[in-house]
Amino acid sequence: MTLLEGLTPVAATGLFPLAWLMIAIPLVVAGLLLLLGRVTDGFGHYVATLAPIASFVVAVALFAGLLGRPEAQRAVTVPMYTWIKTGSWTVEANLLIDPLSIVFALLVTGVGGLIHVYSIGYMAHDPGRRRFFAYLNLFIAAMLTLVLSDNYLVLFVGWEGVGLASYLLISFWQHKPTAATAGKKAFVVNRVGDLGMTMAIFTMLAMFGSSSFEAVNAGASKMSPFWVTLLGLLLLVGACGKSAQVPLQSWLLDAMEGPTPVSALIHAATMVTAGVYLVVRSHAVYAETSVAALAVAIVGTVTLLAGAWIGTSKDDIKKVLAGSTMSQIGYMMLAAGIGPTAYAFAIFHLLTHGFFKANMFLGAGSVMHGMADDVNMRHYGGLAKSMQITYWTFLMGYLAIIGTPFFSGFYSKDSIIEAAWEKQPVLGALALIAAGVTAFYMTRLMFMTFWSRKRWQEGVHPHESPAVMWVPLVLLAIPSVIAGMVMNSWIGGWLAPAVGGEVPVGVSWLPRVSVIGLVTLAVVIAGVLVAYLVFGRTSIPESVPYTRNVFTIMGRHDLYGDTFNEVVFMRPGEALTRGIVALDDGVVDGAVQGGASLALGLGGGLRRLQNGYVRSYGLTMVIGVIVVGLALVIGRLV
Amino acid sequence: MLTILALLPLVGGLVVWFLKGTMARYVGLAVALVTFVYSVVVAAVHLRGTDLSEHQVWIKAFGAYYALGLDGMGLLMVLLTTLLVPVVLLAEQRSDEEGRWGGQVWTGLVLILESLSLYVFLATDVLLFYIFFEATLIPMYFLIAGWGGPKRARAAVKFLLFSLAGGLVLLFSVIGLGISFANQGAPSYLIEDLVKLNVSPSTQMLLFLGFFVAFAVKAPMVPVHTWLPDAAEQATPATSTLLVGILDKIGTFGMIRFCIGLFPEASRLATPVVVVLALISILYGALAAIGQRNMLRLVAFTSVSHFGFMVLGVFALTTQSISGTIFYMVNHGFSTAVLFLVVGYLARRRGSVEITSLGGVFQVAPVMAGMLLLGGLASLSLPGMGSFVGEFLVLAGTWSRYPVIAAVGTLGTVLAALYILIMYQRTMTGPVTEQTREYVTSDATWRERLALAPVILALLVLGFFPKPVLDITDQTAKQSMTTLNVSDPAPTVGQGR
Repeated sequence: MTLLEGLTPVAATGLFPLAWLMIAIPLVVAGLLLLLGRVTDGFGHYVATLAPIASFVVAVALFAGLLGRPEAQRAVTVPMYTWIKTGSWTVEANLLIDPLSIVFALLVTGVGGLIHVYSIGYMAHDPGRRRFFAYLNLFIAAMLTLVLSDNYLVLFVGWEGVGLASYLLISFWQHKPTAATAGKKAFVVNRVGDLGMTMAIFTMLAMFGSSSFEAVNAGASKMSPFWVTLLGLLLLVGACGKSAQVPLQSWLLDAMEGPTPVSALIHAATMVTAGVYLVVRSHAVYAETSVAALAVAIVGTVTLLAGAWIGTSKDDIKKVLAGSTMSQIGYMMLAAGIGPTAYAFAIFHLLTHGFFKANMFLGAGSVMHGMADDVNMRHYGGLAKSMQITYWTFLMGYLAIIGTPFFSGFYSKDSIIEAAWEKQPVLGALALIAAGVTAFYMTRLMFMTFWSRKRWQEGVHPHESPAVMWVPLVLLAIPSVIAGMVMNSWIGGWLAPAVGGEVPVGVSWLPRVSVIGLVTLAVVIAGVLVAYLVFGRTSIPESVPYTRNVFTIMGRHDLYGDTFNEVVFMRPGEALTRGIVALDDGVVDGAVQGGASLALGLGGGLRRLQNGYVRSYGLTMVIGVIVVGLALVIGRLV
Repeated sequence: MLTILALLPLVGGLVVWFLKGTMARYVGLAVALVTFVYSVVVAAVHLRGTDLSEHQVWIKAFGAYYALGLDGMGLLMVLLTTLLVPVVLLAEQRSDEEGRWGGQVWTGLVLILESLSLYVFLATDVLLFYIFFEATLIPMYFLIAGWGGPKRARAAVKFLLFSLAGGLVLLFSVIGLGISFANQGAPSYLIEDLVKLNVSPSTQMLLFLGFFVAFAVKAPMVPVHTWLPDAAEQATPATSTLLVGILDKIGTFGMIRFCIGLFPEASRLATPVVVVLALISILYGALAAIGQRNMLRLVAFTSVSHFGFMVLGVFALTTQSISGTIFYMVNHGFSTAVLFLVVGYLARRRGSVEITSLGGVFQVAPVMAGMLLLGGLASLSLPGMGSFVGEFLVLAGTWSRYPVIAAVGTLGTVLAALYILIMYQRTMTGPVTEQTREYVTSDATWRERLALAPVILALLVLGFFPKPVLDITDQTAKQSMTTLNVSDPAPTVGQGR
């Protein structure tokens, strides 16, 4: 194995100077749709769908360009303009096209494009369709800014941009108070994470006088242990907010209030994985601090368990998938925390998860579309027959996520579990158990939705969705199956130069047989079997059954994350706010006024003035002005 | 050239006084626009390197001069003023019936206020500055007392008393300054002469305090901020825009130009105390904003918090934080203008801006809701908005000297998300309430949109392309650092490759 140093960016040539188009096209379309208003109602969504596709074409061209370069030159800086320059600090708004950023760009624009197409069908009858597509394009532009920037501060612009898009889209149906609340919650919780992000950038500026990846990579090894550990932890706080990792996870489940294509694009495939990107991008920092790296791994493990737990006890199909997303991102974080050997696995799983989770979310949307927007799986059942395309594509996603051999998730997730087992056996064992839980809750979902007897509510007539919706499903099902096989031997070597990892050897499309791999497979089969025994052989009740099972009760309440926040932050916060307002109205105002009148020795006069002798006061002032004016003139003459 | 710039709105304002009805409105707007265009010309001439300063003896005995001049910060404040005035005149048009006096008086007072404010930003003589500093109170007093809510008279008096109290302390300092300097030789109130002042540290501290207290009342710092929420609630939103957007800026403007410029040693000594006070303002203002029930009061408290950031930036004593403060002063003028004026649009329709009196406005007036959201996003310093660059540089600069203080200050950004989004959610989203449907019958008119378009555009342009303006703010920031004889904390690890 060869250990590669990070790449030194080279100047942009050929097509690379056009990279900014990827961001500009969707941004301009978003702006036009919002500004031109109703004029674009009729065709806006088509233009908006073409935008990410055009960006995708650019991304493919740049990807081909990188492939054609020798390994050492696969990092290209595209200079744009100087954004901020003050004192000794300069922040350039440059783009960095390297092996890591380009796979993200492909994922964002590729999956994003498909989700746009799907949305044409899904949002066909929504009165706010134009606004919806404008926000989606805004998201694409912001997400591309996030992954293509060559420094942390411009990355942060994209980071907040996707947060804004997420806020707007979660609360898209803002006439529903729940949606408006969920959007606000997502934004505020993310702001808490941003505390870490901004302070990390402050630290970089104070330490290096720059926030560029290059400066941070070069300088990380020279930092004192205290500061490098703090920097690692601050970045982790930022990552926790964006990627819904414990303890900042609570917003993601509520985010399911947004339209389902949003859940697929933002809250499964792309935005929520930004935290993983951030950690992998900051590999030079985590290489210097085992404490912060371990913290990343622990956060990942806790979240992957918590997400899986929540997934087992929800009846809302989108919330099961949301719990699952938390859990799968937990796997990625775990891999990112393990270090250089597993960075590529984190990104690998991020990509395969992007495909199969987007596939399943869109599948869930298709189901909801056929079931009059009902999300309760207790009202589903037997849909395999009435929605065949949705069923088969969803099945591919299901097989991928539980880790069926040769499906995409199998390669990426097993690699993580193996790597964890080697470096951190305890975390590896927990990740292994969670793989069984994953198999359990996903099988439960399949039984409740597609396989069991019909429990449809009155007036519901399930039907397959139109082609504009199922074609994207098919196009996402294909990589859900084959992406693992295709990328397994390639991804490690491709990413190694960018993330400072090792080039793996002896990896092919054939899975490597190992003890831990076999154990994982056994655990997965056990999970499926348990689910079959519980949900496959008995009929599923239409209402939520009473249970004394503590685990189920806790899961149904999202492990009391909201309750915790309410008791620890919200109520004391509200009390503090009320206290401040009362203090301001009563004490501060009174004291200052009283003090002022005393100081001025005008106590009596003051009271008289306040009783309404304003007119006389105005007169006094006018006289004053005249005196001053005279002084001016006379002074000039003297 | 500078005198013409400053007198133009004054003359216009006096002319408008004698016109009637719509005529006064149009002439007033035209004067404001001409002033704006002229200020852009002045800016261009200044930036090309021409020295525009003017200098004439005024009161020989005191060493007072009629002296005007421009520096980086002054130029930006002038442009902020000349841009906001036409915006305000376009956004709110007063009819003759609604106020204490006719509509033409309102327009006239706004223009007179503009003229006096321009003098404040242009004056390079301390006595001249002081005269206009106090003079701005007169039109502002009448603007608050003449138009707005039922308790406006009381609010106007409160504003006046706070300002006069601050002004009185300032007057002592100004006189003290003149006497101290006269003792050294020939009397002079010119800033360029006063920087050579050489007095004992305790005298300097006393003089510094006089200036600082006056400016702290202006740039409302806790605990002397209480006049602002009352004034903002009772005055019309256009008046509040001018009050917070321009007049309050004199506070932070004065801290940079006079506190630091004339008393560098005292400023350095006072730093720890002032920084903590600023921190209190940030958090106190933000928490109080969250608890407000009236949208205008809420916006006023957000400003208390934002001014906390600005004062923090000034007294963190780094090039970046001072530059960031000046940049933030401009953008804060824009973001509060959007918030106040949109709330004003709502008030015109609904007749009340209690948060509970509105609900679901988005569905009946999406453009208005969108503009409020944009103003809110600027207020919570979302990247892409100019205010982000300002607030970020303030905090980042502070961090390089005082990491713990900056860390606590950063909490203000979370609270900002709360006060903006809670207000937006309660008033704009959710089902349309009956009252909203009854009163808010129309979305923003073209005039209302046109008034805010330049401000929103400016926020976005400054957010994405701040560099040209930062070059200007850096001039003043570097000048301040030289006066202070303080250098920026050097990068600990050294410049990356």
